Amino acid sequence: MLKSREELQLLRAEATKRMLAETKRIIVCAGAGCVSKGALKIYDKFADIMKQKGIDFSLELQKEPHSDSVRLKESGCHGFCEIGPLVRIEPQGWLYVKVKVEDCEEIIEKTIVNGECVDRLAYTQDGKVYREQKEIPFYKKQTRMILDNCDKIDATSIEEYLATGGYTALEKALFDMSSEDVINEISESGLRGRGGGGFPAGRKWSQVARQNNFPKYVVCNGDEGDPGAFMDRSVMEDDPHRMIEGMIIAGIATGANDGYIYVRAEYPKAVARLSLAIKQATELGLLGDNILGTDFSFKMHINRGAGAFVCGEGSALTASIEGKRGMPRTKPPRTVEHGLFDKPTVLNNVETYANVALIINKGSAWFKGIGTENSTGTKTFALTGNIQNAGLIEVPMGTTLREVIFDIGGGVRDGGEFKAVQIGGPSGGCLTEEHFDLPLDFDSLSKVGAIIGSGGLVVMDQKTCMVEVARFFMDFTQKESCGKCVPCREGTKRMLEILNRIVDGKGEDGDIELLKELGEAISKTALCGLGKTAAGPVLSTIKYFEDEYRAHIYDKKCPAGACQKLKTIVIDPELCKGCSKCARNCPVGAIKGEIKKPFQIDQKVCIKCGACVSTCPFKAIKEI
Amino acid sequence: MSTFDYTVLDNAIEQFGNKESSLISILQSAQEHYRYLPKEVFPYLAEKLGISEAKIYGVATFYENFSLEQKGKYVIKVCDGTACHVRHSVPILEALRKELGLSEEKKTTDDLMFTVETVACLGACSSAPAITLNNEIYPTMTPESAVALIKSLKENA
Repeated sequence: MLKSREELQLLRAEATKRMLAETKRIIVCAGAGCVSKGALKIYDKFADIMKQKGIDFSLELQKEPHSDSVRLKESGCHGFCEIGPLVRIEPQGWLYVKVKVEDCEEIIEKTIVNGECVDRLAYTQDGKVYREQKEIPFYKKQTRMILDNCDKIDATSIEEYLATGGYTALEKALFDMSSEDVINEISESGLRGRGGGGFPAGRKWSQVARQNNFPKYVVCNGDEGDPGAFMDRSVMEDDPHRMIEGMIIAGIATGANDGYIYVRAEYPKAVARLSLAIKQATELGLLGDNILGTDFSFKMHINRGAGAFVCGEGSALTASIEGKRGMPRTKPPRTVEHGLFDKPTVLNNVETYANVALIINKGSAWFKGIGTENSTGTKTFALTGNIQNAGLIEVPMGTTLREVIFDIGGGVRDGGEFKAVQIGGPSGGCLTEEHFDLPLDFDSLSKVGAIIGSGGLVVMDQKTCMVEVARFFMDFTQKESCGKCVPCREGTKRMLEILNRIVDGKGEDGDIELLKELGEAISKTALCGLGKTAAGPVLSTIKYFEDEYRAHIYDKKCPAGACQKLKTIVIDPELCKGCSKCARNCPVGAIKGEIKKPFQIDQKVCIKCGACVSTCPFKAIKEI
Repeated sequence: MSTFDYTVLDNAIEQFGNKESSLISILQSAQEHYRYLPKEVFPYLAEKLGISEAKIYGVATFYENFSLEQKGKYVIKVCDGTACHVRHSVPILEALRKELGLSEEKKTTDDLMFTVETVACLGACSSAPAITLNNEIYPTMTPESAVALIKSLKENA
């Protein structure tokens, strides 16, 4: 248990020394993407081989590392998930991609023993081999601050976090600054909430600090429910102490002594990592009573979500921590006044808290130097969908869509053609080619009817039907609607019914106008953020892709060729042998013909189920 | 039902504290142990925690993760998050349902071997389309590989 600032500094200095003494490292990415592709087997294989060969190696930060020993480390997500499993070799900084268990022997033999690069495992783009990770275009355009530790440290070791300068900001906030200083620094930095709304964090903190109603609470929204977003997951799993440090500092600034982290149930590893981190910090005396011998005490609790998207909304989230159904309530009073257990509450998301220690350490002036005037700092994005380089990225606010999709993302995958990018999940909207030079920041995006949201960027190619995408999001929101207010409960249901009809080829004249009217009404009248933004994907796809809606409704065609019910199924008379198998399998008797002569489909009867297509032994039946 | 074993609930109450705000955590422990929430849970917790059965039922049915019906030995979740959706997750779901004779309404096979559900996002978007089998992620699936997985589970059963 550390009793003073000096004791913490000593421990940190010692950990740093040990970390610096490690020269050779094999760092295996153990992010979700790489693990699902077999990263842990690779980690075990490396250990086996080194054991067999009698190579001096260690799985954790050694007490007295020496220059010959090799450190084998399981780190967090390196971000370039597309080409995982990833293995980085230090001190050279070489990155090996798509590593297989069979490659481990060669890596140990050539790289670890002889110091040579295995070029066939290095990343190649346009015929050029990139040995070093930092030279790869995917990484070169990024500014990794929040995610900096993710591909470097072992998240289960508090010593490694300390060795990267961990808990220095806590020290500063406890000993060198007053709570007003902390709030001023955060306000000055211009940090805005990274959960979607973009509310200035400093203002929120000062509103809580000024109240004389105790106890107060610090709550972290780790209920990252947007489909297609996994940035916060990475921070919680791969660098949990960074977020915890930010929350303790929020406690110092606002006078709160309890912190609650609300984590999504689908992230069991994040729960485990955070629990471990809290245990470690408590054992060292960085959490608990009288932190580092001061009179400040702070305790941390974890609540697991139970699968309700609406709990990402502030008042629903606090209700859920209280053990109730996660239903939003009318505001005001706002969470800063009547939040958790009806007490003043600071509620920020994971990435917002992860920025705090950086700002306290390096100062607001430094932070303001990154990003744009009104959107300072960086933003993490999950780049997914039909994109070449799917993964987790971090760029300064204001980076253009073109840089993100093409320079970092490598463009549309499999040579497809770009159609749109969906940003902000079910609350957001889509951006098209005309927005390529749009800076990604809070204000520029809200001007074009989209939001940064938590940071999911899903790229869609020409084979994606935008009407179907809108239907998909509405289906999601409708299922997640808590049912408390009528506009959201009934309105999303009606909108979904209309969209279902359209993609089924039963769209009617007036549907587009009705969707717009309903969408606008829901946005104006729903109780909470989920409802207010529910129509976003529909309204934005109508705005940019009205042609596609019209084609579905009036021509009964899906231009992207994606909607099953709008396909026409035909039998190629050249290929059909007249075996009658299709006719026997057709559930509605739409196929007729004479044996040994080409059969035909009655389009009026056909329900486009596709049963005939998969049963035809001669591949004579096609969907067009 | 005098034979019902309440130890799991008692332990959870002990661990999380006998208060309303522990309700969700206690239900989660019960769900993890039984793989669903047996009906005996409700009156017992109502009495212990001093909240009405109706309120507990309200919480249990509000959250997607709680199930009042028994789930299969193998719980398969097909991710239908945006990234998986645009990389064609729906055909995987349909293939699994067809193979096991399941539907949107009927999620568990009669022999209690398989449950097929969807999940909005696993956060494994770079491995899209992904599914999980009892929480282990299987990346870049196809309808064929999903059906093959079921077949191998059946053979090893």
